[in-house]
Amino acid sequence: MIEKALKGSKKYWLWVLFLLSIIFIGFLCYLYQFKVGLGITGMSRDVSWGFYIANFTFLVGVAAGAVMIVLPYYWHNYKEYGKITVLGEFLAVAAVTMCLLFVVVDLGKIMRVFNVLRFPTPNSVMFYDVIVLNGYLLLNLICGWTVLHSEYKGTKYPSWLKPIIYLAIVWAPSIHIVTAFLYQGLPGRHFWLTAVMAPRFLASAFSAGPALVLVAALLLKKVANFDPGKKAIDSLAKTVAYAFIINVLLFIFELFTAFYSGIHSHQAPIKYLFVGLEGHAEWVPFMWIATILAIVGILLLVIPSTRKNETTLVLACIAVFISCWIDKGIGLITGGYTPTPFETITPYRPTLPEIGITLGVWAVGFLIMTILYKIVLEVKSSKELVVKYEGVLYKK
Amino acid sequence: MAIKRRDFLKLTGLTLVGTAASAAVGDLLTRGEVKAQEYATPPEALKGKRWAMVIDVKKCKEGQKKGCGKKCIEVCHYLHNVPSIPDKKKEIKWIWEDEFEHAFPEQTDEYLEEIFKDVPFMLLCNQCDNPPCVRVCPTKATFKREDGIVMMDFHRCIGCRFCMAACPYGSRSFNWFDPRKYLKKVNPEYPTRTKGVVEKCLFCYERLAQGKLPACVEACPEKALIFGDLADENSEVSKILKERVALRRKAELGTGPAVFYLID
Repeated sequence: MIEKALKGSKKYWLWVLFLLSIIFIGFLCYLYQFKVGLGITGMSRDVSWGFYIANFTFLVGVAAGAVMIVLPYYWHNYKEYGKITVLGEFLAVAAVTMCLLFVVVDLGKIMRVFNVLRFPTPNSVMFYDVIVLNGYLLLNLICGWTVLHSEYKGTKYPSWLKPIIYLAIVWAPSIHIVTAFLYQGLPGRHFWLTAVMAPRFLASAFSAGPALVLVAALLLKKVANFDPGKKAIDSLAKTVAYAFIINVLLFIFELFTAFYSGIHSHQAPIKYLFVGLEGHAEWVPFMWIATILAIVGILLLVIPSTRKNETTLVLACIAVFISCWIDKGIGLITGGYTPTPFETITPYRPTLPEIGITLGVWAVGFLIMTILYKIVLEVKSSKELVVKYEGVLYKK
Repeated sequence: MAIKRRDFLKLTGLTLVGTAASAAVGDLLTRGEVKAQEYATPPEALKGKRWAMVIDVKKCKEGQKKGCGKKCIEVCHYLHNVPSIPDKKKEIKWIWEDEFEHAFPEQTDEYLEEIFKDVPFMLLCNQCDNPPCVRVCPTKATFKREDGIVMMDFHRCIGCRFCMAACPYGSRSFNWFDPRKYLKKVNPEYPTRTKGVVEKCLFCYERLAQGKLPACVEACPEKALIFGDLADENSEVSKILKERVALRRKAELGTGPAVFYLID
């Protein structure tokens, strides 16, 4: 089926070329980082994780979020998702690949990465994260590809796949729970030390993931004549709405605990992020952009007329996606490291090469997504009966 | 009667093949590896079950007044090839000085701040009983020894910096750049590090093995740093802690720090 990705319109190739050029720039930035060291980033002794791990954390959510489409289709036999299920699975493939790349570019000694396998350490949460992420990548690749290949051949998918599909569904939340455990079990990081971290991760995942699929599906409808189905879009929009509202609620619960209890150390990171602390306000505008986007997103998703309108729905989904990215990406990381263990503040700002590498990894993800989605569209359209009658296309 | 040229060549060839073959068989058996000897503590080593340090902050202040020049930091950083990096954000430190309100942020109030206004607090790795850094390390590059020292294998570390996120004391430093450029004088007795790995104070395990006290303890002219075995009731550290008031940093986290600060 891979040959389907090798033939395409001029627009397709321009888009691929665009992504490749960003990947190339990112790769050059990475060579620079490899030569000089991670010192070329904005990270420091006090803020020792930054943009890379922020994007990693967010994208684990996007990957896990795909299950919100796969689960209703296979588990509850929700036929409306038939056309977009494979889009969800392939989104997970692209997102997990980005996650793994973000971890790899963040390592100080990349040539020793296999030490994680050579010296397996079950007391480290990282050990489990490696297992669940790689497992999830493999499961989604197998499920998505096999189902699509069966459709290509015009048969039902083989019966041995069924248990693997169920396993992939159960596996999905685990990647985000384990990723939350990376943070929420650390002593002395007040912003991270909360039991609500894992549920909040899941809620934001189940909104950001489907939001991206929704935008992608509606984009494909526009540029590639792909019809995801009206009911599917409507159901997916509701999923995004519910999950995102739960995400925001969980954050408000955090605010209540920190401010009603009056515990200074729990309040400090939240104050730093939203109003600034001791003269430092590096991320305040970003957090307020996230807040405004969250409000706009919820309003557009809750009001039925704007949710049913495709233009406003896409805007709502983009708002939700960016809001989640700011909150669970950069806000989570800088909030965890601020204040430092000495109750001082060391500001963090990503540098240009750091942003270059980040964009490069995102471009790799979008390239994978483009290629896989292109194959999906070609396979699906080859199965459609299209008749041209007096200049008008009729599709069955 | 001289040996024939033909026989000589035959014999030489055979010898060569034989030598090569025996070498190959030998290599096959040992797989080309040299067998390492099992580690045994040298007889002259200082032995302990729970190494700990007690720091008398008042004595430290007096020493600084008399102009000790913070010998502890200087000697430690020279002996362990710790680079001096001018950029504060990327610096590497094994032992350093800070104020009371930064060392004990959760205990600070205006009265204590006034009392400890000019008192230096020497900070270093706490060699925790229950170290979070060891718990999170995905490669066992950092691990706890039987004598309580939290060790670091610089050659196994992959530079993921999970340990830095886990350490509640900010005791760990990362080599953001090649550290060798920042070394004025290299001590050939101790390894230098490479870019991309984490490092910290290791309680001078290499000196203990030679029967010597940690470098900072030995360097302090005021004897403000006291080193010993907490498991031994008669050790100096045990005796002092029974008599005087000592604080440990963030003891409420359950990490069990082995560095004590005498504050009375």
